[in-house]
Amino acid sequence: MSFLVKLLIYPKEGVLDTQGKAVASSLTSLGYTALKSVRVGRYIQLSINSDTAEDARKQVENMCDDLLVNSLIEDFSIIAVEA
Amino acid sequence: MDYRLAGLREDEYEEMKRVLGREPNENELRIMGVMWSEHCSYKSTKHLLRNFPTKGEKVVLGPGENAGVVDVGDGWGAAFKAESHNHPSAVAPYQGAATGVGGIIRDILALGARPAASMDGLFFGDPENKRTQNLSEGIVAGIGGYGNAVGVPTVGGKTAYDTCYTDNPLVNAFNLGLVRLDQLVSSQTAKPGLRVLILGSKTGRDGIAGAAFASAELSDDTKSSRPSIQIGDPFAEKLLIEACLELRDKNLIVSMQDMGAAGITSSSSEIAAKSGVGMILHFDKVPLREEGMTPWEIALSESQERMLLIIEPDDFDEVAVIAKKWGLDCTDIGETVPGDQYTILWDSEIVAQMPASLIGDKCPGIHWPSKRPEDLEKRWDFEIETLPLPEDFNETVLNLVTSPSLSDKKWVYEQYDQMVQVNTVQGPGAPVSVIRIKDSKRLVAMAMESDPWKCYLDPYRGGAETVARSIRALAVAGATPLGLTDCLNFPSPENPEQYWELEEVVHGMSDCCKELECPVVSGNVSLYNESSTQRILPTPVVGTVGVIDTPEHYLRSGAWQEGDHLFLVGAMNAPLNGSQYLLRTTGKNQGRPLPFTPETEKDFRDRALKVAHEELAHSGRPLAGGGLAVALAKEAIMTGIGAAMKMSFPTRLDVFLFGEGTPRAIYAVPSNKVVQFRLIWNGFPFVELGRIGGNYLTLENIFDLPVPVLTEKWEGR
Amino acid sequence: MKAQVIVFPGSNCDQDVVYALRHVVGATVETLWHGEKELPSGTDLVVLPGGFSYGDYLRTGAIASLSPIMDAVHKYAEEGGLVLGICNGFQILTETGLLPGALLPNKTLRFICKPCYLRVERNDLPFTLNYTKGQIVQFPIAHHEGLFYLPENELNELEKNNQVVFRYASVNGEVSEEHTPNGALNNIAGIINKKGNILGLMPHPERASEKLLGGEDGALMWQSINAWINKAGV
Repeated sequence: MSFLVKLLIYPKEGVLDTQGKAVASSLTSLGYTALKSVRVGRYIQLSINSDTAEDARKQVENMCDDLLVNSLIEDFSIIAVEA
Repeated sequence: MDYRLAGLREDEYEEMKRVLGREPNENELRIMGVMWSEHCSYKSTKHLLRNFPTKGEKVVLGPGENAGVVDVGDGWGAAFKAESHNHPSAVAPYQGAATGVGGIIRDILALGARPAASMDGLFFGDPENKRTQNLSEGIVAGIGGYGNAVGVPTVGGKTAYDTCYTDNPLVNAFNLGLVRLDQLVSSQTAKPGLRVLILGSKTGRDGIAGAAFASAELSDDTKSSRPSIQIGDPFAEKLLIEACLELRDKNLIVSMQDMGAAGITSSSSEIAAKSGVGMILHFDKVPLREEGMTPWEIALSESQERMLLIIEPDDFDEVAVIAKKWGLDCTDIGETVPGDQYTILWDSEIVAQMPASLIGDKCPGIHWPSKRPEDLEKRWDFEIETLPLPEDFNETVLNLVTSPSLSDKKWVYEQYDQMVQVNTVQGPGAPVSVIRIKDSKRLVAMAMESDPWKCYLDPYRGGAETVARSIRALAVAGATPLGLTDCLNFPSPENPEQYWELEEVVHGMSDCCKELECPVVSGNVSLYNESSTQRILPTPVVGTVGVIDTPEHYLRSGAWQEGDHLFLVGAMNAPLNGSQYLLRTTGKNQGRPLPFTPETEKDFRDRALKVAHEELAHSGRPLAGGGLAVALAKEAIMTGIGAAMKMSFPTRLDVFLFGEGTPRAIYAVPSNKVVQFRLIWNGFPFVELGRIGGNYLTLENIFDLPVPVLTEKWEGR
Repeated sequence: MKAQVIVFPGSNCDQDVVYALRHVVGATVETLWHGEKELPSGTDLVVLPGGFSYGDYLRTGAIASLSPIMDAVHKYAEEGGLVLGICNGFQILTETGLLPGALLPNKTLRFICKPCYLRVERNDLPFTLNYTKGQIVQFPIAHHEGLFYLPENELNELEKNNQVVFRYASVNGEVSEEHTPNGALNNIAGIINKKGNILGLMPHPERASEKLLGGEDGALMWQSINAWINKAGV
């Protein structure tokens, strides 16, 4: 079966996110004074052959460990696993 | 299909029919619509460009090749060219500028040269304008983003501002590459019986009919122009550079052409036409990145980072191994044949067939009517008596050095890698950029110049001044000029007065090139730079290249030393006409620039070269925008040392300090060389201004500026 | 000295390092394609050069750190071989874990290329023998991601272990935020591993190896390495 796994990668809490700060500052100066903070990350979409959704998820978690995520500075969330 | 939908004029359509002897089919019309667009065919300017002198003792390859090549000595050739990417940059600044850099690099690579140095001529509108800020930031980021990743240093350029460029920014990308002359690759050496290959990225729908887009004026709604924008991938280009140079080193390339405007069609038909062969191409073999592309889409796609190669049939396997190593697609798409027919097949069916020479070369030229502008004399109207003298020269000098066109450009070039390849002897921020050639004593010097303001006031004189400025700069640095490349940025040629300006600029440039023995070896024209409300000033940009035979003969700028004698050589009364000072203080560009004086220019050039070659000065700087005051300021700022000067003035103070024109320079001469220095300039106007030293730039009774303050203000702090 | 300069797809500064090593100390230096699985025997120095390996895709240095040759580099480093990572090379070393930390985008969010003053913090390493402690040198920087980062505890560990080799400074030796163009924590420009054989730095010593090109402070690094290798006797 084929699964589509949707992955978000973003800077860890506490790691300098200069891009996030710059974006926040631009938005505030556009008038969005209610804005508190911004984190800027990445979206990665993976199409995987797998028998189960669980297995597809596990495969992507391994990929995160091996390459996709630098755990010193990044966290990730798998936000969807779709058939 | 109606030929007009393809962008063809009636006479062009008729010419096609005449040569083909039949009605052209839709594919053929679409292809010619692009190949015969202004951007590809130069139909409005071909005949004008024939005015340029193109031959010289050191010219190895002139116009007609992918780039010009000059012999810099020791068996080395410098291949160089400049190209404009104005319209795409106005619509998508980052990618427009990035792909401009990528495109010119491939032109250099096509000669088998390793791209070694880039420069950029950038012209923006009012810096306070939000749109200008967006455009300029995007463009600079794009040049850096591409150039840095591809590993070619950006060593110089020119950034200038005028309201006329607000909606029509100019991005002129220059590149110079080095090649052993016995390894030069030509586009004229294909023979029948060879294979035609595409090397590099897959083909998609990027920039389809982009060349035609470049020939049309920008619609007021630039969002509607978006689909024609090309996206660049510098990583792919870096791989392409390494692969092509490896193929060159292994002698596997017979001929090579970069795929720029009109992609496969223009590159393949050009090789065919220049080599005098025909071609049969199988478009169904072209590796595609998008589904369902039709033959004409494939023909005209401007997907980036692709090269066309002509190779011997037996060499394919070896070529494929090298392509694979660098991770590039390499596909055989056809062959060269005897004759002149250029044939596109799709699965064995002929979808287009035309003589190669027709496509590339035989576009009917357009001789637009030309008319001397009615307001020309009015442009010269300038009564200096009506201009008040400055009350406070300190303020005035500071005000001038902070004008956008003259102020510090570190915000631009610190975003560029200026040093990769470890050849950069002098990077951005100086009148001349210099790279060394490894394992040779030779240095290659480059100067990029433009003065659109003078070109508007008197196109002939402005054109000559543009070329002359670049040669003065090279000569002061000790570089013997070898040749130049030009980018002619102009508004619509369909306006007779604007066309006259174009003609006159070309004549002025041409005469100066002829007199000063500096041939035009390559170049580019960009027309239709205007919107419904604003035309650009006539903006010819030149990139002039020279050679310095040994590092000891290179005279730097910004290298004053305590105790040096400060000299001004050249006229002391160059006028304020068309000057940056006049523009800055009155907001007006007026007055007639000085005439071109070939004998004086040649005399200056020869003496300046002698000063450098006999090592008689510590520092030398040619005068250009802002005149004497700005030249002094820049030298003091770069060095960090001031000077004490005293003069009795032969003319109005503002003329003396801020006037522009004629060959002039300032020199810092050590005491023990002063006698020889004076001898060299004997017979040429010159004056000793004072001595270098201390912390102040002082002209007695006139201005007294602390160098740190001058520096801070110039840097915008 | 036998040196190997690893070339990844997109490396830009490999030839620059080769040139500097040859001309300053006459090293025998070759480039080594990243796809190779072995380092030649008798290698004294492995250099990971600057550039944009794999176009900086995903994270700078991430994909290169998984190249076939890196296993051999790991082993060689474990055995005490000298490894030098410059700019992108430093980024790759942090991705492999051979050096601690990560390089984040510059605080200005722009690429910065300019000459830079550095203070030499240690001169007892193979890479810095010919420098004096506290010496101010000039190497240019040219990068988009040069902000050295470690979480607070690990950063303190690094400092305690004296692993900082170069810090950004002013021409007068003042180390401060003002003189750290990329915002690197603790003004860190270059670090060494605990064992003292792997150096990573963001500035480019190979671009400061010739007077003609603006300065020779980088030449001292090649001379240091050469001296150490000759003394150690391979």
